[in-house]
Amino acid sequence: MRISTDKIISLLFFILSAFYLYQTYQIRVFSFDENAPFNAKTFPTFIAYLGMFLSILYVVLPERIPSKVDHKVLDYKSTLFLIIIVIIYGFIILKAGFFLSTSLFLFLSYYFLGERRWIWMFVLSFPFVAFFMFLLHGVLDIYLRDPFLKMLGIIG
Amino acid sequence: MIEGILIGLQTALSLKNILMVAMGCFFGTIIGMLPGLGPMTAIALMIPITYGFEPATGLILMAGVYYGAVFGGSTSSILINAPGVPGTVATAFDGYPMAQQGKAGKALAIAAYSSFAGGTISAIFLLFAAPSLSKVSLAFRSPDYFALMVLGLTAVSAFSSKGQFLKAMMMVILGLMLASVGQDSLSDITRFTFNNMNLTDGISFVLVVMATFAMSEALTIILKGKDPSRATEQISLSQLGSIKLDKDERNKMLKSIPRSSVLGFLIGVLPGAGATIASFLAYGMERNYVNEDEKKKFGKGSVHGLAAPETANNAACSGSFVPLLTLGIPGSGTTAVMLGALLGFGIQPGPRLYMTNPEIFWSVIMSMYIGMVILLILNLPLIPYIARVLATPKNFLIPLILFFSVTGIYLMSFNNFDIFLMIGIAVVATFLRLYNFPMPPLILAFVLGGLMEENLRRSLLISDGSFNFLWDRPLTAIIFGGTILLITWQIYKSFKK
Repeated sequence: MRISTDKIISLLFFILSAFYLYQTYQIRVFSFDENAPFNAKTFPTFIAYLGMFLSILYVVLPERIPSKVDHKVLDYKSTLFLIIIVIIYGFIILKAGFFLSTSLFLFLSYYFLGERRWIWMFVLSFPFVAFFMFLLHGVLDIYLRDPFLKMLGIIG
Repeated sequence: MIEGILIGLQTALSLKNILMVAMGCFFGTIIGMLPGLGPMTAIALMIPITYGFEPATGLILMAGVYYGAVFGGSTSSILINAPGVPGTVATAFDGYPMAQQGKAGKALAIAAYSSFAGGTISAIFLLFAAPSLSKVSLAFRSPDYFALMVLGLTAVSAFSSKGQFLKAMMMVILGLMLASVGQDSLSDITRFTFNNMNLTDGISFVLVVMATFAMSEALTIILKGKDPSRATEQISLSQLGSIKLDKDERNKMLKSIPRSSVLGFLIGVLPGAGATIASFLAYGMERNYVNEDEKKKFGKGSVHGLAAPETANNAACSGSFVPLLTLGIPGSGTTAVMLGALLGFGIQPGPRLYMTNPEIFWSVIMSMYIGMVILLILNLPLIPYIARVLATPKNFLIPLILFFSVTGIYLMSFNNFDIFLMIGIAVVATFLRLYNFPMPPLILAFVLGGLMEENLRRSLLISDGSFNFLWDRPLTAIIFGGTILLITWQIYKSFKK
């Protein structure tokens, strides 16, 4: 018997709902709230049971239009690479500061996506981020943490 | 009343106040376009500026910023599928596909005309019905709100394609699960945080919406090798930025605008409901009104599907001034900030405001008309230039979308946990989208989750744990009955051969 990916996702959703229900029972409510008509557990319990019910319903009922995905045409490699770049960006943004990390992220992403017009790549990374920072920090007075620019004495 | 209106008109038409509205609309539009900075931030930024002004002038400026920011949010929704505020999420459903088809200018023009019409019609309602509507809004109790939220969630039926109703409902549950993360609003007990301090305050709306819409869209484009600029390559820039609507498009808009204005205004009047529910309900209602051919176009660039939520969210913005000005109850986070500013001016909003301070009450209402006209005048000439964002090649556009998504989150929390959480949610959302699991129901449920729990809590406590509250009050029973009918109809339709 073949089972469609949609139904496998529904089964995963059932497991997620069951885990959510288990976590709901782990919530420690105050003793005086334990038998109250409504406490911190009540709403999540409803959600968990409803989630389990709906996922089982999807698995049991006949599927009318199963989704078809052609994995051969999907570019997993590039997507994974881009995700890794964003993760690295997320890691360094606090250490290197907004300006340097964002400019480098943009410059590298343009390069990775096949762009080779160096002037445009530069303009849309370093000066663009500088302008964006000026708009937020200088005009709107929104605080932007940047240890690198602080070290250089550009921002306070 | 006539005397009050004339005083309001005189105040609103002073050169200083007209300039304030124009300035507010302009800055609001710019701030609203930036991800993570919604109307609430925009108004909060204006508070220090308004302290030196007359109360009426300050409030007029803030109202202008409010409309501008909502319109600005629509622009980023349409162009890069990145709704910065909950009220413009529904705008992206048809606005973004329309922009991808090389009709970005038209989509922005429809949004501008609809916003103008929704705001103006709503301001007329406000003028004549504000005092009496405040009584109606007070008639809504917690059970009615709960029933209304459940009805709002059944609007998911509008987003599920044929036979996919259960998928949409599963996404609703996932949205509610995400909304339940963090501290319980009443007892302060932490839930589903796994002892992680970063989750104590819950997951932010901007994070979820950026992950499921903007970031997931960027990843999907790379995954499918789909080039957004390729769609527009064949189309000249003038066509991309063309704001000319044909007769058919104008007729469609004219049909959607009146009903969405009424719905948007009425929903906006209810404290706590606001532009988000209004836009989602208007989208759902519109889909039920149109014929089968038009129904198929929903989610693929329908004029009805864009005009309806855009009209409703602006109508709801005007509507939200009813509880603020007449009852002193802020209907949304944004009007709560405005209430704070009003109190700062030494003005106590309430049922007597339009008698004790008619110049404030009526001038704000009158300035809404002026604000709508200015917003239209300011934005229409800019549309051809704004629309050209889409002509940016994919190699530049994708990293910029990712940059705006990450920045939106970074600006709010300044920690990288939120960035990683966003990446995680975006990856799951991209995978789910491949298998036609719709994201809009997840967002709607996420927005409504907290409010639903709050109203269910109150209802159950009042009825001592009994579910009788669902049919004790006629209003609750009617709303709930309608919801059951809708769900039954959807399930029947899903499995009808």
